[in-house]
Amino acid sequence: MAFTFAAFCYMLALVLCAALIFFAIWHIIAFDELRTDFKSPIDQGNPVHALVLPEYSIHSLFCVMFLCAQQWLTLGLNMPLLFYHFWRYFHCPADSSELAYDPPAVMNADTLSYCQKEAWCKLAFYLLSFFYYLYCMIYTLVSS
Amino acid sequence: MEEQGSCIERKLLRAKRGPGGPAQSQMQVPSGYGLHHQNYIAASGHYSQGPGKMAASPLDGQCSDYYSGLYTPPAQKVAASSTASHEGAQQVYSGGPPAPPLLGAPPGLVPGASSTASLMHTSASQPYPSFVNYYSSPAVYTANSSAASQGFPATCHYSVSTVSNAVHPSVCYSSPPPGDPYTRVFTSQNALVAGSGREGSFPGQNAALSHPSALGPLPSQQHQQQQQQTLSGFNTLSWSVPGLPPAQDNLLRNHAGSVASASNSPAGPVAVSPAGPGMQNVPPPRPVSTVLPGAPSARGPPAGKYPQESAALGTQPSELTLQKGMQYGDYVNNQASSAPTPLSSTSDDEEEEEDEEAGVDSSSTTSSASPVPNSYDALEGGSYADMHSSSASSPAPDPAPDPDPVPAPTAPQSVRMAKPFGHGYPTLQPGYQNAAAPLTSGVQPSGPVAFQQYPQYPGVNQLSSSLGGLSLQSSPQPESLRPVNLTQEKDVLPTTPVWAPVPNLNMDLKKLNCSPDSFRCTLTNIPQTQALLNKAKLPLGLLLHPFRDLTQLPVITSNTIVRCRSCRTYINPFVSFIDQRRWKCNLCYRVNDVPEEFMYNPLTRSYGEPHKRPEVQNSTVEFIASSDYMLRPPQPAVYLFVLDVSHNAVEAGYLTVLCQSLLENLDKLPGDSRTRIGFMTFDSTIHFYSLQEGLSQPQMLIVSDIDDVFLPTPDGLLVNLYESKELIKVLLNALPNMFTNTRETHSALGPALQAAFKLMSPTGGRVSVFQTQLPSLGAGLLQSREDPNQRSSTKVVQHLGPATDFYKKLALDCSGQQTAVDLFLLSSQYSDLASLACMSKYSAGCIYYYPSFHCTHNPSQAEKLQKDLKRYLTRKIGFEAVMRIRCTKGLSMHTFHGNFFVRSTDLLSLANINPDAGFAVQLSIEENLTDTSLVCFQTALLYTSSKGERRIRVHTLCLPVVSSLADVYAGVDVQAAVCLLANMAVDRSVSSSLSDARDALVNAVVDSLSAYGSTVSNFQHSGLIAPASLKLFPLYVLALLKQKAFRTGTSTRLDDRVYAMCQIKSQPLVHLMKMIHPNLYRIDRLTDEGAVHVNDRVVPQPPLLKLSAEKLTREGAFLMDCGSVFYIWIGNGCDSHFIEDVLGYPNFASVPQKMTHLPELDTLSSERTRSFLTWLRDSRPLSPVLHLVKDESPAKTEFFQHLVEDRTEAAFSYYEFLVHVQQQICK
Repeated sequence: MAFTFAAFCYMLALVLCAALIFFAIWHIIAFDELRTDFKSPIDQGNPVHALVLPEYSIHSLFCVMFLCAQQWLTLGLNMPLLFYHFWRYFHCPADSSELAYDPPAVMNADTLSYCQKEAWCKLAFYLLSFFYYLYCMIYTLVSS
Repeated sequence: MEEQGSCIERKLLRAKRGPGGPAQSQMQVPSGYGLHHQNYIAASGHYSQGPGKMAASPLDGQCSDYYSGLYTPPAQKVAASSTASHEGAQQVYSGGPPAPPLLGAPPGLVPGASSTASLMHTSASQPYPSFVNYYSSPAVYTANSSAASQGFPATCHYSVSTVSNAVHPSVCYSSPPPGDPYTRVFTSQNALVAGSGREGSFPGQNAALSHPSALGPLPSQQHQQQQQQTLSGFNTLSWSVPGLPPAQDNLLRNHAGSVASASNSPAGPVAVSPAGPGMQNVPPPRPVSTVLPGAPSARGPPAGKYPQESAALGTQPSELTLQKGMQYGDYVNNQASSAPTPLSSTSDDEEEEEDEEAGVDSSSTTSSASPVPNSYDALEGGSYADMHSSSASSPAPDPAPDPDPVPAPTAPQSVRMAKPFGHGYPTLQPGYQNAAAPLTSGVQPSGPVAFQQYPQYPGVNQLSSSLGGLSLQSSPQPESLRPVNLTQEKDVLPTTPVWAPVPNLNMDLKKLNCSPDSFRCTLTNIPQTQALLNKAKLPLGLLLHPFRDLTQLPVITSNTIVRCRSCRTYINPFVSFIDQRRWKCNLCYRVNDVPEEFMYNPLTRSYGEPHKRPEVQNSTVEFIASSDYMLRPPQPAVYLFVLDVSHNAVEAGYLTVLCQSLLENLDKLPGDSRTRIGFMTFDSTIHFYSLQEGLSQPQMLIVSDIDDVFLPTPDGLLVNLYESKELIKVLLNALPNMFTNTRETHSALGPALQAAFKLMSPTGGRVSVFQTQLPSLGAGLLQSREDPNQRSSTKVVQHLGPATDFYKKLALDCSGQQTAVDLFLLSSQYSDLASLACMSKYSAGCIYYYPSFHCTHNPSQAEKLQKDLKRYLTRKIGFEAVMRIRCTKGLSMHTFHGNFFVRSTDLLSLANINPDAGFAVQLSIEENLTDTSLVCFQTALLYTSSKGERRIRVHTLCLPVVSSLADVYAGVDVQAAVCLLANMAVDRSVSSSLSDARDALVNAVVDSLSAYGSTVSNFQHSGLIAPASLKLFPLYVLALLKQKAFRTGTSTRLDDRVYAMCQIKSQPLVHLMKMIHPNLYRIDRLTDEGAVHVNDRVVPQPPLLKLSAEKLTREGAFLMDCGSVFYIWIGNGCDSHFIEDVLGYPNFASVPQKMTHLPELDTLSSERTRSFLTWLRDSRPLSPVLHLVKDESPAKTEFFQHLVEDRTEAAFSYYEFLVHVQQQICK
């Protein structure tokens, strides 16, 4: 029973993961509202945009921390998403990441369903990783 | 006044130029076209302006927030502070010594109650002039075609007040209503009161949505007859013929007796009574107007344009007794069950939601006509006006119309309806498909056959729909399916223009269907399933031209706009009436009640014939919307001109052309008494012009702080056109010469746009930006991205997308404030149109591009600008518009093309709409359409007219569903398909790469032809087989590949390419097709053979030639019609008679290289040629520029590049392309 850096990482990850789950749900709701016309993409875009960068940075923070804590398995699990985030970030339209969800394009039915799917997948991923972190945290706390 | 104007102006100029300026002679340019020479005046004392003389007021920061940057309303703003502070700082022209050209901090800028920044895309409107134009009235009217006033907007204003007695329906039609004014009749309205009241308060109180309690204009309605009547009882009602006595009307049925009597005798009292309530607020000239029987020929300028249709009409009488499809007695009951489908009461709002208060809708069922203050929603959302609900809740104001006749019969009906039955959606459309004959295959026997086959019992949707398909197959193979061996057929291009295929519907539906000019689908036979569509490998989509200039358009003023309660579809000719009191929506199949008001037909003045109302008789109608459709009072027309006056711009001299055009057209700008106009110019600073009434001359206010733009004065920048007309004229006269000495080469476009946005955001309107170079200062500055060496590269074409998001964001902000930005790019070098175009793309503006524009060196461009401006300034305009496209359940839209901002999955937000804007929509089939045999598409465009009236233009298109691949191929509209593909290819080249897009285009041909070859055609020979409907497909795609937008290997400037792409996205189909595949005619031997008569002029109709040099002969003269430009190519051996008689020169050698007009010579051939040219010109909004190309002149490359069937160094010839396609197929 020792409070290692790894354990700290998992604890922090656990908390932040909850935030990510919240973000994912937020996105799902936002896109759903878009789909059902409750909101205009211009208005709608903004809160979504506001959350994109925090989400990406929180997730990268995890990865850096797991790297430092030498949690290779966990890191490996997170790598695909990390790369995906990088890809998204650098391939978003023109010059600002703020427009990761491009208002004029987001209402395109294909784009919208893609965004929705993406949000659902992330939600699932974050949920699973939440429990994974919980498990790992307890495991590191107990084992060492 | 002119005199005075120029006088003042000169004074201004002198003052401005300061001492020593040469007294410059004012060039008052004569009107007319002809470019006047701009004397470039040597820079004598150009006023220098130190940068940064202006300290930004910190307050401005508040304004810079786009969303909240609402300007305080002038009223509040006249606050002393602002004016006072300007006093010293602002430079007044006449103010003698050039004071530092800057001005004081704008203290008054604190955004006032910037409350309503939220998107407001609706606004109030009142019934107002009903200016009607519409193309042809449906064939229904043929009987009285004599009354049709061809050509004019035949609008007969039907005045309810003159209703005297019940009139026989058919009589009504044929008698041209007395006060039928053509052209616009501005009926004075109650609205005016509201309007003027509103005016003062307008800018200020955006927040307070003052709904003018415009009493709904009264219900008077109009005309028409026959239409689906899906009634129980009679299975086959004889379809009533237009003009026949009502006895044959469809209304025959169980209770026909009573109804008929209603429409006859009792009609008098009944009919008049509903008018009663309305009369008090509406003056006699009723806005309700009906379309006069436009004979088929009344359609648009090229009268001969619709041969088939007129043919169809001609045959129509013989088919009078088309039976009307089945009426399933029992079906009626199903409706009840099918309608309430999954849509619970809450889902009603689904669409209303849109903006706000969905709640209101649910409150629905009650007092109808009273406008509920907040139940507006954007397009269509609104007007929930309960009328839809129960017939019981009749509009309060007119208790009269419920007299006896109706209730009795309906009562039992409604009882029956209540019984839930377990059937699916019955498809009750009247006689679908029975008279299947596509125009090409002539009248088939299938009509009668289908007639007999129609089952009379319910539950056979499947059967009937398959019958629909059968009718096609069983008949001898239709012309459109005739296999064509493309590699062997020498002349695929027909000699007459290619018309849109007519959907395979029965006669009655065909007649009612929307004009293909407004609304086209790539497949006129919709495949039943997505799998079938995938098999056909053809694109499915719609091409829209919703705001087209129409010569005839029924305008409907009514308290209630009848719409489906669940999907909000407007009632249209393709709905089915289950009985007198119910109609079934053709998009969602919900059964709705017919509101009381709708029972009265103002046209026939009869009661109880909802199916004869104009809404149900015309697939294109316009409603005058009530305040339910407004988010704020309708905005006035507001025009702002933002002009580049840097050295480059002055050098090009466009200001002269622009100012001249504006002066000429100032009175023709669409608008009402509230119209406002403003001007801004910019170079490295931004100049505003205060034109406030009362000033002796315009004041120029200069803001040099471009990093933090603010408005120098709260009012006076956008002024009422009529109050300040003198000042405006003075300014326009002065503008071209004000900057002649400028040495400023920078262009601060971005900041100028930000300022324009701030200026416009309280009202919305139109911003016209004239730009001549790359923006080089401030926000949104751009760098040159084009590498001239890459222009003819066959590999990668880069930089098709924007370099910065600045313009897109700005456009979105503008769109949110109902402001559209139109871009005129007049530049000689690269200006990064790809980035600049974003400002128009997302704000629903339009883009004009004049490469190497110079007012004297390039007169043809100058002429083009002048013509374009004339059209641009005077064409119709709609403000704060939204367009919603609905389609039958099962279909869904997934991608839109055009200039707009997509607000939600089926709603396009259009800050402005103009008659030259086209749109495209891609569709997919989400659920199988097995339940139905017809699908419908409805476009509803809600806009504020320039008269401050809220209107809804509705187009409805109806198409059959087919289940066999052959039928899908038979119904391909190849032009529409090519246009849609072009739109998709533009997207692809921006998002992926140009070569991808090109491959995709080629693959589209390869896939569709190979799919056809492998599934449908049973010919085994080696050639490339295509159905006749697709025979032009490879040719058009090849033309597309050689189009500027997609060509490779030929030197193409990036801006030219991007501009071509913008045009593809925003042009309507008719214009786009000319751009893709120009028409070539030989004009040196025009004869009267086959000529058509238009307005007593004889217009020769030379055959179309294929676009190949093999058709050109040295002895001939050829005209190529490319849409926006005409080329006349003259061979060097050209008949000297032609040159003499038409061109007015003795021989070929003496014909000048640059000739842009044909002289008016008094010879037969000159007359013919000119009348042909005029006829071609009249058929399009932009008057094209004529270029005479001599065989040896260098300009001939421009002509030859359009000969798409020929080989070029970099591209296939047509034959090679076919071989290439064939090889791909065989692979």
